[in-house]
Amino acid sequence: MRPQDREDIHLDTVSVGQPASAQGQPGSVAVADQVPVPPDEFVEAPAADIAAQQAGVEPKARSQWAYARIRFFRHRMAVISLFVLIAICFVAIFASRVAPYAYDELDLLNITSPPTTEDKHLFGTDLLGRDYLSRVIFGLRTSLWVAFFVALLSTAIGTTIGSVAGYYGGAVDNLLMRFTDLILTLPGLAVLLTAATFFGNGDPLKVGLILACLLWTGIARIVRGVFLSLREKEYVEAAKASGAGDARIILRHMLPNALGPIIVNTTLIIAAAILIEAALSFLGFGIQPPNPSLGTLIDDGQGEGFEKWWLVTFPGLVIVVIALAINFIGDGLRDALDPTQRRVRA
Amino acid sequence: MLTYIIRRLLYSTVVLVLASFLVFTFVTVSGDPLANLRISPNVSELTVQNVIDRKHLDDPVPKRYLYWVQDAFTNKFGTTLLDNRPILPDLWRVMKNTLQLLIVVQLLVIIFAVLIGVYSAIRQYSGFDYTMTTFSFLGLATPVFWLALMAQVAVVQIYEKTGHRLFPIANLNSVDPGSGLDFWIDRAHHLVLPVLVLMVAGIAGYSRYMRAAMLEVINSDYVRTARAKGLNERRVMMKHALRNALIPLVTLVALDFGTLLGGAVVTETVFSLDGMGLYFVNALFSNDPYPVMAFLMVTAVMIIVFNLVADVAYGLLDPRVRYD
Repeated sequence: MRPQDREDIHLDTVSVGQPASAQGQPGSVAVADQVPVPPDEFVEAPAADIAAQQAGVEPKARSQWAYARIRFFRHRMAVISLFVLIAICFVAIFASRVAPYAYDELDLLNITSPPTTEDKHLFGTDLLGRDYLSRVIFGLRTSLWVAFFVALLSTAIGTTIGSVAGYYGGAVDNLLMRFTDLILTLPGLAVLLTAATFFGNGDPLKVGLILACLLWTGIARIVRGVFLSLREKEYVEAAKASGAGDARIILRHMLPNALGPIIVNTTLIIAAAILIEAALSFLGFGIQPPNPSLGTLIDDGQGEGFEKWWLVTFPGLVIVVIALAINFIGDGLRDALDPTQRRVRA
Repeated sequence: MLTYIIRRLLYSTVVLVLASFLVFTFVTVSGDPLANLRISPNVSELTVQNVIDRKHLDDPVPKRYLYWVQDAFTNKFGTTLLDNRPILPDLWRVMKNTLQLLIVVQLLVIIFAVLIGVYSAIRQYSGFDYTMTTFSFLGLATPVFWLALMAQVAVVQIYEKTGHRLFPIANLNSVDPGSGLDFWIDRAHHLVLPVLVLMVAGIAGYSRYMRAAMLEVINSDYVRTARAKGLNERRVMMKHALRNALIPLVTLVALDFGTLLGGAVVTETVFSLDGMGLYFVNALFSNDPYPVMAFLMVTAVMIIVFNLVADVAYGLLDPRVRYD
């Protein structure tokens, strides 16, 4: 194993985070009445099919995706997280209907009120009497929008660069991977801050662009790795022999086989983007007022003193909930989309 | 091995030159560092012109880059744009402070992460394992700056409720820290909160990593062989399993060390610690490309060096690795 290969593996395990062996387990602590499934109770899917056949039942033909879906829905925390995330997305999308107030509506009789059920100020109000729950909901909308934008864009960049490098190999690969290394060599957060200072000027779209330009490297390396091994496969050779063009082979034959790791990493980029955007906005380099984002809200809240604890606490809690949900979903997806793991929990 | 190191260093130098030129262009083209000076009624045109002349701001970017390179080599990164303050002494000071914080944090993180990771792996699916898994999922989902703020909020709330001031919530030292031992006690007291905050994120990540590495080793053939030979469990775990499971962690720590030297930017900002991160943020706020460049170069060199250290360490520790 050469060091470069080691880095790929390292990235894979680090960015993807938790080992497959932890599947589904973390949830069992949070939900008290839930009994953890010991690994012994896993049953190989084909074995189950054979058993079913012996019992006189026709085995059902399942596609890879069907297996993946079944595996995903067996991962309890991932499913719960998925519902939580969908709910949060709905709140964000319909912010103007869900929020009890407009995000800039002043309630001057109730300035800096701690959380109370009176007048529906559930998260309290800020120095100008603006309802904090409404501000958090609108901030959530901006933050989520940026995060999804970053995830899609960086996945697109990373997949393109990774697949071209992996498919063509040789000089192309060398050039593209050296370029990737160049970006990895730069101190990430520092470059981000520099870029945001000089290009960002508080616009969510620009902040998203800057983040995407730095976060694609992980996916590029993973996709390249998958493509390097795929291009030696017989079916790729067969496609070439039957006269398929490069673009067709990459898009139709190889990319679908690399989708698993791509999807998992896209999920994790969403979580990373939410955390980084919040940090940037908090430092004053990201999204700036009047655009509310969860990070700017925390920054504003901090400026008004720590006695007003609700101003700092609530937007942060929302970030934690989102990031936690996305990490669980990523965990579930990784278990579900791993084609080497065909077992379905009985 | 030696040729491998030399080749890597040569390649890194090229990367560094390219990167420095990119960043320099980037920083200089997109902002006018003199904007505030120009609109200030107290500053004469002459002063502005002096700054422009001194820093060659009228020249095209490639030429200014060369001036900067010259400054970096012959004049220790030169001086700041506006007040002509030498950059290097400041950089050394903040680096020393960051290093102090970093070493304490990393040592504690490694100790805890190894203990937690190993124990979780040996007692997989136990209550301890679940608790620690939950903790690390939470730790990885919590923004560090928010955790830092919550620590401050907690201290302030406790002060308001009980009148008890647990820890200082800002700065590296009191205004009058005393000297000798008093100074260090004061410093330690100030560093409690930042260290705790940084430890949470670190332990959350490393302990998962350690657990995964340990699980992989425990389930490998040579550990089964060791058990089959009749070695006692303790010896199998400590000598055969743990040592091998530590190899990936060593590389990870080395890789991270370079990055971390860039300063825990948000933590240092929240706690107003006079470290690399805060220095950098302040330089950015003053729109001054020179300290920004100095900071980026120093951290980039650190990252390159520690990446190399990580690779070499991996090769030394794992005899299966060959350099070609």
